[in-house]
Parts: sequence; C-alpha cells; structure tokens
Amino acid sequence: MIRAISIRALYAIVLLIAVLVLNFSMLHLAPGDVADTIAQASGGADPEVMDQIRRDYGLDQPFLTQLGSYIVKVAKFDLGYSFFYNRPVTDLILERLPATLLLVISAQLLALIVGVVLGVISARNPNGLTSHFVTGLALFGYSAPVFWTGILLLIAFSLNLPIFPSSGMRDVTIEGGFFAHTVDVLHHLVLPVIALCSVYLALYSRLCRSSMLEVLGSDYVRTAKAKGLSEGQVVYKHALKNALSPVITLAGLQFSAVISGAVLVEAVFSWPGLGTLAFQSIIARDTPTILGILFFSAIVVVIGNLITDLVLRMIDPRVGGKA
Amino acid sequence: MSPLLEIENLRVELTTRDGSAPVIDDLSFSLNAGETVSFVGESGCGKSMTALAILGLLPAGIGRVTRGSIKFNGEDLTKASDARMREIRGNEISMIFQEPMTSLNPVFTIGEQIAEVLREHRDMNAAQARSRAIELLDAVRIPNAKGRVDDYPHQMSGGQRQRVMIAIALACEPKILIADEPTTALDVTVQAQIFELMRDLGREFETSIILITHDMGAVAEMAERMLVMYAGRKVEAGPVDQVIDHPKHPYTKGLISCVPHLLAELTDERPPLAEIGGIVPGLAEFGRNQCLYAARCPLADDKCLQERPLPLAGKNGHEAACWHVEKVS
Repeated sequence: MIRAISIRALYAIVLLIAVLVLNFSMLHLAPGDVADTIAQASGGADPEVMDQIRRDYGLDQPFLTQLGSYIVKVAKFDLGYSFFYNRPVTDLILERLPATLLLVISAQLLALIVGVVLGVISARNPNGLTSHFVTGLALFGYSAPVFWTGILLLIAFSLNLPIFPSSGMRDVTIEGGFFAHTVDVLHHLVLPVIALCSVYLALYSRLCRSSMLEVLGSDYVRTAKAKGLSEGQVVYKHALKNALSPVITLAGLQFSAVISGAVLVEAVFSWPGLGTLAFQSIIARDTPTILGILFFSAIVVVIGNLITDLVLRMIDPRVGGKA
Repeated sequence: MSPLLEIENLRVELTTRDGSAPVIDDLSFSLNAGETVSFVGESGCGKSMTALAILGLLPAGIGRVTRGSIKFNGEDLTKASDARMREIRGNEISMIFQEPMTSLNPVFTIGEQIAEVLREHRDMNAAQARSRAIELLDAVRIPNAKGRVDDYPHQMSGGQRQRVMIAIALACEPKILIADEPTTALDVTVQAQIFELMRDLGREFETSIILITHDMGAVAEMAERMLVMYAGRKVEAGPVDQVIDHPKHPYTKGLISCVPHLLAELTDERPPLAEIGGIVPGLAEFGRNQCLYAARCPLADDKCLQERPLPLAGKNGHEAACWHVEKVS
C-alpha cells in the first residue's frame, strides 16, 4: 500500500512538471500580455513605455529563460507576483481556495450520495417511478449547461421566490458567533451547489443504476440470496459494494471537470472562489495568476485521483494486484 | 416414513414476450432423507428451474409456480412467507451453483462469506462464526485453512472456490443440498475430487443431495435414483442402475448412447461420437398436448403428436412417459 502510494506520488510530480511546462507555453503563445492591459487601462501608451514595462517584468527575455526561471520559482513554492492585484499569487490563491474547495467538494459529495441512492432505488425497480425520474433527470442534467441551470435557479429561488441569496458567500450584516456564520455560508451555498452538482448527479445516478442492475443479476447475488440473507443485506452489503467501483472511478475522473464547472458556477453566483479569480485574471491577462490557478487545479486533480485510487483499493481487493 | 421433500404436479411458468410458457410441466418426485437423486437432461430442460423453485428463487416478476406443491417436511414451500423461506435457505436447504468463478462475491473474504451464513442462521457471534468457518474450510480439504480464511476469491483456483461454495452450503448442516452442475466448469481431475467431497460430507451431515448434471458418469457414481427431464417434463425416473441398463424412454436411451467410451488402447479405432439429432423445442411449444420429444424420436408416430404421454409406473418405481415403452428396450 505504502509502496503504491509513493509510486503514485512520484508520477504525480512528473505530471505536475509537465502541466507547468504546457500551461506556460500555451499562455506564451497567446497574443497579448500585461503590458497591453496596462497600456489599455491608462488610455494608451507609446511603444517606448510598453518596452519599459516588458523589461521591468522580464517579458523581454527569451522563452526558455522565462520558463526556466518560472519552474525554479515554483519549486520554491513561489508562484510569482500578480501585476494586476499587486499581491503575491500564492496569497491570492490561498485566500480563494477554501471557497472553491467548499463548493466543489459539497457538489461532488451531494452528487455522489444522491446519485447512488437514486441509482440503487431505480435499479431495484427498473420500471418504477423513481427509475423514470432518474432517466428524466439524467436527460436534463446532461443537456443543461451549469451556468444556465444556475441562472434558472436564481430566477426561481432568488427572484420569484426569494428564499436563497443570489450572490456571494457571506452576508456582511449577519451578527453572531461561529454557528450563525456557518448557517449563513450554508445558506449561500445551496443554489451554487445544486447548479454545479446537477450534471454529475445525472451522470452518477445513471451509472449507478446500470452498474447495480448488472450486479443484481450476478451469480454472487444469487448465492447471497440462496444463503437466506435478507433483501437489505443482499442489496446493500453484497451488491452495492461491487456496484460502487465504477461510480467511484467515474467520480475520480470527473473531479477535474467539476473544478472547471465551478468556474462557470462561481461566475453566475459571484462566489468568491478561484473560478472568479481565474475569470478576472484571464480578462486582465494576468499571466502569473492564471498559471498559478492552473497549477493549483492540477494539484487538486492529482490529489483527487490519488484519493479515488485509494478508495477503490479499499473497496475492491482485486484492484492493484496482490494485496 | 414420509419423504423429506415431496413435489407434486409442479407447474412453473415463465413470462416471455409471447405470453407465458410452462418451463416445468406437471413434475412430481420425492426425496427421502439421506438419499441422492440426480436430475438429468439437456440445457434448458427445467433442471435448474426446479432447483430455484424449491428455494423460492425463481426470477422475480418473470417466473412463478402456478400449480402443484413443494412439501418440505410436510410444509408447502410454495405458500411459505418470504421470511420463512429465508430461514430455510442456506440453513435447511442450500445450493451450490455451476460457476464457482463468479458465484463468490469478489469483494469479501471467503471466511466472511462462510461466517455470514452462520451468523445469520446459527446466531453465532463473529468469533465463533470465524473459527467454525476455519473448521469448515478444513472439512472441505483446503490446505492451511487458518492461513487462507482471509483470502479473497480471486486468490483461489476454480476447484478451491467450489470447495468454498460447498463449505458455505454445508455450514448449517442442511437437510437438503442442491448441487446445480457443480463440476461443469471444472477440470476433469478436480471433478472427481469435488464429487467425492460432496458424497463424504453428505454422509457425515446426513444431507440428502439433489444433483443436477448432464454427466452420466457422475449420476452412476453419486446417485441412487435419477430423473430424466425433457422440455420441462419428467420423461423417465427410477433407480439409477435400472434406468441406465434398461432405459424405457427413447430420450434416455439417446442420452446414454451419447456417453463416450474409453478405449483400451489409444490406438484403437474410435467409434464416432453419438448424438441426438435435432434440437430442444422452443419455449413456445412447451405445454402442448403431445410428446415434445416426438420431432427427434425415431419411434414417433401420429399418436405421439396428438396426445401427451403420462408417466407409467413400472417395477421398483421405474417410470417412463412414452407411448412406445415396450419398443424401446
């Protein structure tokens, strides 16, 4: 187990370096840089001033020199300095990361739990009402983009039926202790989480339904029934543990997609997370911030995959060869 | 003494797209305590369905008992509640399946899969069930039972997995063990060991065995009585040696002639393998008032197509459902 984790960690480091090089190169290829933005913001500047800005920020150096010095800096946990926000990128990201993680993890967990429950119920009665509901939900979830679902939710539950706040993560007017603030954050969290999890809920419930249907027809489930076990033991002990493997695999793969979905949802709900930051820094051509966010997302995805792998190993002894 | 298990005029119907078809049609037979009875027949003749009907495990929503009774110690299992059936399954009547590779749950240890049935039916606590599981693994002759109790099924061979299945089935010392083609998926050398194990343990626990198979050698080896099924109907039944030596039904005779014979010398000229021409009728034809074997039978005449032959009893309970019994032997 420990060996497996260390090998995984080694792969992860190589992967992260590759991500770093790729991101840097792609952003370098894109036209425009921070000098353009500054010039634009100050209502125009002559070429000499722009050259001066580029020299100040080291943008006149050859590509490989810039890449090399960036990697060295990242290795020292320094993601550079944001020209736009006038703050170190690491600070910016660490300040925004908790909000995004809260959103992403809540959405992922909600989608997983509700998806599995719906999947199991509909697999036990494939022609029942829940089963048709899951099919309908999946169709809606697949086809509706998260930002559109988000806007619909805003119109419904913030405008027409104002039970949830429309934007932000906290209400500054709230007074009280830790508990009151937690409730406030959760209140703000509801709509963004529903919007973000809709797609993945559809995905997981459909997959869980089909995987459960397959497992319920398997020989070992028949064995479990022939042992005289109760329906609950057969379904939740013998069948579910097997049916979960593909769902968890998919959830691990989708983790990166959930993060990119969060960018859109954060934009719709003005959620003060990495997504909003990414959006603003792309508009501002704030290269160090964009690179930093991309790098952090890569780290989160790698950690997410590592956790998925470990969970799978715990559930299914056949994963990863000899135990 | 009344028989342990008595099936009378059992009819099981499966719902198909074209309506329902009787996959077991008017089946009667009885099983005495300590006895081994063998069910023989081609795939799809209703052998496995009979087993599932006894355990009340017919495919939900598709198969159901529409007539007849299955009396176990005088209690009609077709009318028993779900809770009562769960008490019986794995405890008084248990079953071994054909596919040892897939019949064990891959995500639980074999020890847990044996212990589970003991905790369920014998009210054992975790420690008792575990030590009994080790004893059972030892009883089914798995070497180093103590060291293997925490192994997962994928760490065992097919023969070992079938031994584990036998350990699960016999854990509660059931009255009846139903073995549905227990050796079909196994190596020939392992087959003999599994049969020997079943016979020895059956004697030790005084368990009656219903052996479902199409291996005539296994029937001769294991069973006292046999029952030949064709297209959901009993076509012949009786003591094994009598049926094998003097089959009364053309289908039984055909089955027996299909058994390949060992040659004294490998260089001897091998006689061609016999086969029964034609195929089993489709489900739609089940339940017709005619002999369902007629299309493949060399003796068939008009009468066979017009009326279903009913089993005629002969001496020692040797019965056959054929209009031309006297012409067969």
